[in-house]
Amino acid sequence: MDEIKSQQVTFKLFRFNQETDYLPYYNTYVLDVTHEEVILDVLNRIKWDHDGTLSYRRSCRHGICGICSIKINGKAILACKARIFDLIDVFGTDMTIDPLSTKRAIKDLIIDKEDFWDKHAQITPFLVSDVEENPSLENLVSPHDAEKLLEADYCIQCGACHYSCPALEINDRFIGPAAFAAAFRFAADVRDDASVERLHVVNEEAQGVWDCVKCMECAEACPKDVNPIEKITKLHNMIFEAGIAKNNVATRHAVGFAHSIEKHGLLDEGELVRYSEGNIGVLKHMPEAFEMWKNGKIVMPWNMPKSKNMDEVKKLMQSSSTVKF
Amino acid sequence: MEKLRYALYTGCTARESTPELLKSTMAVAEKLGIELVLLDEASCCGASHLQDYDDFLSLVLNARNICYAEKLGLTMVTICNTCQLNTAMTKHRLDTNPELKAKVNAKLSEVGLEYKGTSEVTHFLYAIIQDYGLENLSKKVNVPLSQFNIAPFYGCHNIRPSELQNLSNGGENPYNPTSLDDLIIACGGNNVDYDAKNKCCGFHAELQAPHTAAVLTGNALSGAMDANADWMVTPCPLCHLKLDVQHHNASKAIGREVKLPVLHMPQMVGLALGCTPAELGLQHHVTKVNFV
Ligand code: SF4
Ligand code: SF4
Ligand code: SF4
Ligand code: SF4
Ligand code: FES
Repeated sequence: MDEIKSQQVTFKLFRFNQETDYLPYYNTYVLDVTHEEVILDVLNRIKWDHDGTLSYRRSCRHGICGICSIKINGKAILACKARIFDLIDVFGTDMTIDPLSTKRAIKDLIIDKEDFWDKHAQITPFLVSDVEENPSLENLVSPHDAEKLLEADYCIQCGACHYSCPALEINDRFIGPAAFAAAFRFAADVRDDASVERLHVVNEEAQGVWDCVKCMECAEACPKDVNPIEKITKLHNMIFEAGIAKNNVATRHAVGFAHSIEKHGLLDEGELVRYSEGNIGVLKHMPEAFEMWKNGKIVMPWNMPKSKNMDEVKKLMQSSSTVKF
Repeated sequence: MEKLRYALYTGCTARESTPELLKSTMAVAEKLGIELVLLDEASCCGASHLQDYDDFLSLVLNARNICYAEKLGLTMVTICNTCQLNTAMTKHRLDTNPELKAKVNAKLSEVGLEYKGTSEVTHFLYAIIQDYGLENLSKKVNVPLSQFNIAPFYGCHNIRPSELQNLSNGGENPYNPTSLDDLIIACGGNNVDYDAKNKCCGFHAELQAPHTAAVLTGNALSGAMDANADWMVTPCPLCHLKLDVQHHNASKAIGREVKLPVLHMPQMVGLALGCTPAELGLQHHVTKVNFV
């Protein structure tokens, strides 16, 4: 049998009771933990041995129900899956335990996840399909078609990505990574009849995929490797493929790269802003543009650098383009 | 030590709005005796926006860029986080998916190229740390930056997703990255810690979601200021454009005047190695570098 290793860890634990507390506070516990323990074991020990009033959520204890997600030093984890020794490797032996969102705390580590479910409701999170009521055959999906979901159906709705997304924290209309991944999961399902409607929802300004800042926090946070940002990129692609991309600053910003590359190989930064914003919209960038010009940061059109072997780039642009705008 | 040689993928920004990045990169390489062969054939990486429009096209173009590093038999180094992300992502996808690789190569063959997967792709920051070595660098420091508190700003695309960065960028943990901090220390400076150092600056949504982008920039600048930083350092020219040029929009968005000089990673190293401000292009900054 392996020897049990143990180590002393200092846990600062977020405490708050919406009904009685004006402000949250932290309790500190110094505990010996063994290499076998996960964070949920520590929460249990604190509750059972030190303070029975501590509140947190757990159910399956197997990384399946998605209810136990919390944050350790800002990193979202499933309490029942995250081994303390792995966390020591990252952070050392001082750990702050917070709810997924301190703003939404109800009692200690329990949060109000209503916003999370509201976002899901927005994208029609179920299959819309005219299935025969008394089918004579099974409604089979081939393995090839099932692969198109890119494992988006592994999501356990734990909220780790949602409450790690900076775009959502600033703009509460943003649908956010979990619901986007769900939108993709159904839009990519061959049996689904509501794909285009769903794409319209995620194509809207402010709430849709265009407001994602591409920080990759959601991919990093997900305990199930759902990789929401990959699905968000797919939704962008599907919007163009379905021909429903609107002609606006966001879409032109994406398409503008293709125009620049075709001409110069490199990006024409100034032209990208002009093309994206339009001749009027671009004016609001004049103060920065002037500062940049003063400091030698603007390349004039006649000096625009070009990639060598532009003929190759042009040829590949012709032969490898797969969408039109 | 054997002379280090790399194929340098400059990206577009270093040839346009941040000329000081290319300049300082070349100056530092020369001081350290690292040879950088410019990949002049390379085109834009698409910055993860072309990827939103036409994913396959972006794969073909990025694979073409890597082909030129492969032809030289060199590791490709990048000097922009987003170039690093998109190039390494392309490599990862092609190296793990033979079918996709064959499809991309079918296109590349039209121009007489073939993507093989023989060149690594890594950011210059990690090439310095892992190949050159921080100890060797410290030995070359003749103007230690000891009077400065320096705030590292990592930029998302060098550290996330870690699945990818583990293959290319030394596998540091995105929740507690250390590379830039270590580099600051090797240059003799004092690294300052603040929450936003591994967060996003918002650059990629600047046109579509200007408020979100400006708040994120404001958080980064104010975090560094509150931690008593004299200036910031970043390995990414896009973060640099956001932090150096957009402070007035950031200030408006968070309701507080925020502004700090921001240096590119090689500019900081260059200062410690005794390069002159002109050699590092410090005159190009919008937020003036007032301490040298
Ligand atoms: S990549 Fe986009 S969706 Fe994911 S966390 Fe960042 S902003 Fe949110
Ligand atoms: S995508 Fe991942 S992190 Fe987000 S809710 Fe689903 S399982 Fe949790
Ligand atoms: S990230 Fe920007 S600068 Fe770098 S190559 Fe891509 S588009 Fe050009
Ligand atoms: S920090 Fe800003 S520029 Fe840098 S990688 Fe993130 S979004 Fe891009
Ligand atoms: S208790 Fe169910 S996922 Fe952790």
